[in-house]
Amino acid sequence: MIRHATVLTGTGTRLDNADVLIVDGKIQSVGTNLQAPSGGRVVDGEHRWVTPGIIDIHSHLGVYPSPQVEANSDGNEATSPSTANVWAEHSVWPQDPGFRTALAGGITTLQILPGSANLIGGRSVILKNVPSVTYQGMKFPGAPQGLKMACGENPKRVYGADKNQFPSTRMGNVAGYRAQWAEAQEYLRDQQEYERKHGAGDKDAKPPKRDLRLETLAAALKGDIIVHMHCYRADEMATVLDMSREFGYHVAAFHHAVEAYKIADLLAEQGVCAAMWADWWGFKMEAYDGIPENIAFVDAAPGGCAIVHSDSEEGIQRLNQEAAKAIAYGRRAGLAIAPERAIQWLTANPAKAIGVLGRTGTLESGKMADVVVWNGNPFSVYAMADEVFIDGVLRYDRSNPALTPQSDFTLGQPAAAGVYP
Amino acid sequence: MKTSALAWLFAAALPLASVGAAPNPTLIRDATIHTVSAAGVLEHADVLIEEGRITALGVGLKAPVGAEIIEAQGRPLTPGLFGGLGHLGVEEIGLEPSVDDYSLKLGSMRPEFDVTAAFNPDSVSLGVNRLGGITFAMVAPSAESGGKGGPGGTLIAGQGAIAILDGTLVPKARALFVDVGGDASALTGGSRAAQFMVLQQALTEVRSPNALLPNDQRLLTPAGRRSLQDFLNGAGPVVFDVDRASDIRQVIAFARREKLHVVVKGGTEAWRVGSELAAARIPVILNPLDDLPGSFDTVGATLENAARLDRAGVKIAFTLDDPQPHNIRKVRQTAGVAVAHGLPWEAALAALTRNPAEIFGVADRDGSLAVGRPADLVLWSGDPLDVTSLADRVFIAGVSQPMQSRQTLLRDRYLEKLRAHAAR
Repeated sequence: MIRHATVLTGTGTRLDNADVLIVDGKIQSVGTNLQAPSGGRVVDGEHRWVTPGIIDIHSHLGVYPSPQVEANSDGNEATSPSTANVWAEHSVWPQDPGFRTALAGGITTLQILPGSANLIGGRSVILKNVPSVTYQGMKFPGAPQGLKMACGENPKRVYGADKNQFPSTRMGNVAGYRAQWAEAQEYLRDQQEYERKHGAGDKDAKPPKRDLRLETLAAALKGDIIVHMHCYRADEMATVLDMSREFGYHVAAFHHAVEAYKIADLLAEQGVCAAMWADWWGFKMEAYDGIPENIAFVDAAPGGCAIVHSDSEEGIQRLNQEAAKAIAYGRRAGLAIAPERAIQWLTANPAKAIGVLGRTGTLESGKMADVVVWNGNPFSVYAMADEVFIDGVLRYDRSNPALTPQSDFTLGQPAAAGVYP
Repeated sequence: MKTSALAWLFAAALPLASVGAAPNPTLIRDATIHTVSAAGVLEHADVLIEEGRITALGVGLKAPVGAEIIEAQGRPLTPGLFGGLGHLGVEEIGLEPSVDDYSLKLGSMRPEFDVTAAFNPDSVSLGVNRLGGITFAMVAPSAESGGKGGPGGTLIAGQGAIAILDGTLVPKARALFVDVGGDASALTGGSRAAQFMVLQQALTEVRSPNALLPNDQRLLTPAGRRSLQDFLNGAGPVVFDVDRASDIRQVIAFARREKLHVVVKGGTEAWRVGSELAAARIPVILNPLDDLPGSFDTVGATLENAARLDRAGVKIAFTLDDPQPHNIRKVRQTAGVAVAHGLPWEAALAALTRNPAEIFGVADRDGSLAVGRPADLVLWSGDPLDVTSLADRVFIAGVSQPMQSRQTLLRDRYLEKLRAHAAR
């Protein structure tokens, strides 16, 4: 039972002097003057704020871990523009010390994506940020996988400029995706034809030869795998939306989306989220038009779905501060954003986009007890997570850092003596 | 909305020189003035700016005739902030060689390479970061190995200098940049053990040019020898980009041996050799956010690096790791995080202002507020170290900087579109 806290529920509500009751790993109830069952642990929430666990929709922890050595650089299968057959989880190194530092920033759930070298990078995995020797021990039970795709400069640079291969242009990129989707449609038709015949009792019906690449793409067309599209420019996002209509799939979110503010209305109409940084820009041509009001603009469009993401082992540690920057710049542009709304950028909205909103992302009765207790208003540079619960288990306690085990990698390293308790 | 956007567009088209024309006096009243000097914090105080300089600081100042009066209403006022070390004005955007001038890859050691010859005062990054309260930064070259088998750089990246974010350079505020450690071993034949060997050889060429025989393999051109000689004579600090504790010890020993004026940049493990750095009076310019073993040189990374160095008596300043210039305004956030992890607030502000100004020899104009100094200062909407605050007004050399940039113009153009849509 967390008592007398300022609670941002993730549903757009702020409750002052409120309690959160966690029972058996689930949120039991949220409200004022709740009855605590006897024998439970009580956390004093006075002067503290409570939010749902923070969700990072875009992380490469584990696949581009620290230390960034060649030997562990496992995030891009940059050997073919379409590697829909690869799964990020098979690259995740659970000993990445970045998981622990992200936990100190309140991260309870994260999507690990393949990189953006390829047009179609492969399947993502949704993890809960719990210490584990295996990635299987971190997997979010029952969460759908995602599919990582990439627009723009990266694929055309990696293949065209660096290898003199297809694609070398943006039109090449689009032709590349479309060829893949066309193949996947055919594969899906063959599958469905087989299932129809098989269901009708046709003993001679043969399933199509199993193809791991097309299996992924067909699942994306069916909506079983969620499509995440790395895209910077507004015009390219519009191209991708056209293509998704052509092939009948849905893009859950554009990632990076530094020009989302130019088409905030279009994204809102189409029900597509934008996962963004607060203030990154200029690090390449397609990021030249980035502005720090991007998040606030996407949020302001009626029906808009703004998400703050990191794509960074540093940024993931302080997504709350990224959101705070977006609030400040939004306010200056005349867009007032309350904390109870902004917290949704880090919780409910990413939960929706990765397909787990029914399980986490808000403090609602029956959901996983993924909860952060902050030392104050989380939207400040001085905010720190005091306690982080995942499925009701205290996984991080700022006053007892030894509770969270350090990575096997840093264990026993003389240089790390004095870093960990 | 439309009228004001047009007015801004017009103002943006004005040449920089006209913005810099003799401004009227300005009186900022009732501010919380952080002087970052022995004068400390002045509550409810005023600052008078005339002819580009601070001419008075104190409570209840009288406004001269014709002065613009700004009511601060208690808001914090600080010196303009330091944007760290990097490619300001020499890298317009990443990954585009035609606008990336920050590294020399001739395959030979050229300390005479001065990256500021490429400095572009019209680079969009200046305006963007000026609005973030950054008024000075060190324009620094990078040492890079060659791509695709072409020639690379060497561990001496070259020279840089302080730039003021109104677009002027301070050529006397020079520094020489040297990269050592694991990430630089490719620049010295694959071993970091060769780094000080090669530097030693270069200094020997400088100190004993007559001992060289005509057929001796030389590292330096005559111009390179003169440049290194300048730095041996105190032209500016030699900034070593170094992280591992044992490598920092090598730098300390090298500096002592060669009587070099040295600064450590990076310094992820500097806290482990804090007392040695303090004894050698070597400042550290670090990114307080570095808390992961990103490489084997940074296994000792911790968010307490800044606080521990400060306690050890080391002079610290802040920079981002990434030398890209676009988002150097973020350095303010790194200072706030350092405070959250034990650094006193005043020390964090000094690490963004007075300390870097002293390290790079511009303390006579930047880094603290005092009568007689050029007025480089920022009025903040709130706590200058918190991400919830923004710069409300920025003055450089007494000139009120227009609070617009390419980013604000993009913002206003698309805000109108958004509003029109929402109103539909």
